[in-house]
Amino acid sequence: MQTTAVNGANYLTYQGKYKGLLGWILSTDHKRIGLLYLYSIATMFTTGVLLGLAMKFELLAPGKTIMEAQTYNSVFTVHGVIMIFMVVVPGLPAVFGNLMLPIMIGARDVAFPKLNLLSWWLYVAGVFLVLAALLFGKGSPDTGWTFYAPYSFKTGTNMLPAIFGAFVLGFSSILTGLNFLVTIHRLRCKGMKWMKLPLFVWTLYGTAWIQLLATPVVGITLVLVALERVFGVGIFDPALGGDPILYQHLFWIYSHPAVYIMILPAMGAISEIIPTFAQKHIFGYKALIASTMAIAFVGYLVWGHHMFTAGMSGTAQYYFSLLTFIVAIPSAIKVFNWISTLYKGSINVQTPFYWAVSFIFVFMIGGLSGLVLGALATDVHVHDTAFVVAHFHYIVFGGTGFAFFAAIHYWFPKIFGRMYDKAWANTGWLVFFVGFLALYTPMFYLGMMGMPRRYYDYLEEFHGGNILSTFGSWVLVTGFIIIVVNLVRSARKGAPAEANPWHGRTLEWTVPSPPPVLNFDEEPVLGEKDGPYNYE
Amino acid sequence: MNSEVTQASNFVQGVDTAFIIILAICFIFLIGLTAVMLYFIYKYNKKKNPKPTQIEGSTKLEIIWTIIPFLLTMLMFYYGWAGWKPMHKPPKDAMEVTVYGRMWNFSFEYDNGRRSDTLFLPKDKPVKLNLVAMDVLHSLYIPAFRVKQDMVPGKKDNFMWFEPQKEGTYELFCAEYCGLQHSYMYTYVEVMKDSAFQAWIADTTSVAASVAAVESPAATGKRIMQNIGCFACHTIDGTRLVGPSFKGIWGETQTVVTGRDKREVTVDEEYIKRSIFDPNADIADGYQKGLMLTYEGQLSDDDVNNIIEYLKTLK
Repeated sequence: MQTTAVNGANYLTYQGKYKGLLGWILSTDHKRIGLLYLYSIATMFTTGVLLGLAMKFELLAPGKTIMEAQTYNSVFTVHGVIMIFMVVVPGLPAVFGNLMLPIMIGARDVAFPKLNLLSWWLYVAGVFLVLAALLFGKGSPDTGWTFYAPYSFKTGTNMLPAIFGAFVLGFSSILTGLNFLVTIHRLRCKGMKWMKLPLFVWTLYGTAWIQLLATPVVGITLVLVALERVFGVGIFDPALGGDPILYQHLFWIYSHPAVYIMILPAMGAISEIIPTFAQKHIFGYKALIASTMAIAFVGYLVWGHHMFTAGMSGTAQYYFSLLTFIVAIPSAIKVFNWISTLYKGSINVQTPFYWAVSFIFVFMIGGLSGLVLGALATDVHVHDTAFVVAHFHYIVFGGTGFAFFAAIHYWFPKIFGRMYDKAWANTGWLVFFVGFLALYTPMFYLGMMGMPRRYYDYLEEFHGGNILSTFGSWVLVTGFIIIVVNLVRSARKGAPAEANPWHGRTLEWTVPSPPPVLNFDEEPVLGEKDGPYNYE
Repeated sequence: MNSEVTQASNFVQGVDTAFIIILAICFIFLIGLTAVMLYFIYKYNKKKNPKPTQIEGSTKLEIIWTIIPFLLTMLMFYYGWAGWKPMHKPPKDAMEVTVYGRMWNFSFEYDNGRRSDTLFLPKDKPVKLNLVAMDVLHSLYIPAFRVKQDMVPGKKDNFMWFEPQKEGTYELFCAEYCGLQHSYMYTYVEVMKDSAFQAWIADTTSVAASVAAVESPAATGKRIMQNIGCFACHTIDGTRLVGPSFKGIWGETQTVVTGRDKREVTVDEEYIKRSIFDPNADIADGYQKGLMLTYEGQLSDDDVNNIIEYLKTLK
């Protein structure tokens, strides 16, 4: 295994002030923190998958299959809370941003390493707070992850701690965003001009702005909920003279930009993987940057499309629908550029490439089905039905999830210094992909037929689609198990990896695998002709 | 479309036109782009094309594939808007029906006081539904009519309208999650000939009253309480939910908070009526204020008397 000058050790084996576990959970090394996030998020993701599996099993047949309605309602609530706040929102930035961002810009670490460690600790604290709010008190909440008023105020009293936990998680997100912003502005190596930044870094940059500017709304909501719950000021609860629609506005003013926090870094990872495996310059570098920033900006202004049937004014609905269609355009531009990058490339079809191509496919379905939801007339019919569930799983699971798997298979040799078994990795991908399509595609049909979402039980006419969907969930989980077993085994026993197994051009491929503690022996300098996608 | 109407409501055509246009564009893009992508992967595979040709981009292409999607999205926006716009302008002569949504059922009240738990409607007459949510958010959704509107507690001017155009029975769901029995909160729309509807509506006996003839007052009371959803928050077996249990409550002395003062009251007819019609006046000690809304206008004196008879049986 390659080693470097610093203590003769890489970041995995390096021993600092503390030994063992303490050396990890107190480490300020960006790569160790990235791995801490990877393990915490993987744990939460697995929990969320098991809950999802239980839900799909319950829906295998009408009537009670394995659980009572109350249990089902809690299961989909906890599934949503875990998957959104603890998995996909931190997701790629916290894991691969931490692991790769400083190396990609030629820096030794992020700008504020201690603050970075604090972010992870806040994440863990937030996870425990939310889980405590879910598990203790008067039973698990059954409100859905949206906590819509006034139902969420009527059932149990754990609303306040749950939002407080979400706020702590949000604070972790804000600090990570701030850290990345300063890092990208201040720590680029010599010659790393803005127009030479890898696109993954650009998407992290756009994401960081959203994290910084949108997340505080959670704090505002928390204060208002506290005012109402503790002092009885009527803000959201109509019984006290409040307005439940105001709650929906505040919720989505954060939670819609959060969707772009989830998807932008995923798009960035794909923009790294496609050129590497095509061995070709990315098509439309500047267009991809412009579309990233356009999504980050317009993404703030479309939250109302979650509320077309809620009772907003007609004018508001008109504008939100129009802006929603506008925000679709930069996403389309990205897809066109990715596909064009393949043109006249020399394509090396490997596991990360399979994930990237299937990402483009499921992301197109997710995005195009979003047009149905963005148009007013069609949204009225399919809003709050299984169609919406299919749509956002195609985006956040098909989009962000597939990109996450693409990224882990892409950077795995760099992170662990070992290569996974490629045949098993490809098998895992295929099974997972087939399972995914079988799981979510029938939900589009069910929604068009009129099956509302969050239904514990359903009428016989919806049975067929649900059987196929449940069957798909079993296939998907089989694929997931294959992928995880292969990766876990390979992290310890895989064949040692080269520094640059995929022939990438970004800076992380110039350092040994795994990287040394301080990343670079000497600060790298980018020449006039160097660039992230210059394969000449 | 020929002149014979085959659609369930007046909105079906506008909504379905938008569906067809948007889905057609979606499928053309999805199939086209996927085919091109797979073709590139095949054609420019490493084995077939060992040396890549470096191309950094094309401003012309970027402009083209910005403008074309822009025009297409504006087209889709237009059809979405066109199908939706009439949904917010009910005709002045529309028949009005008040819909009460509560955990977990719908009830419908007609102008002449006729009540029903199924929505009976005459064919070819515009109907305006005035939506009243009694507790939490609900959403009235009739898939066959392509209509949906959230029912927001406390919201004024909460309505939807449509014109049924085909006789038949249609499903009506609650689409906004509302708790334990959300998936059982559905009923049916029965669209009938105008003459049949007029005969039906002329019979103004309320649901509860028509049952009372064959049942004891206590049984009627229980049925009313089930219908209006009392047991979502109050049990009859002593278990504590967000509201106090009804077990053994009749004649008991209860500590309540009135304003800021605690006082003792006996649970009698007067107290029960006040708890139903002005639920936040006296709050049972240890429970939260503001969780229950008044049932004013929802229950008749007879209904309340029946409820009291039922509560007396819960020893």
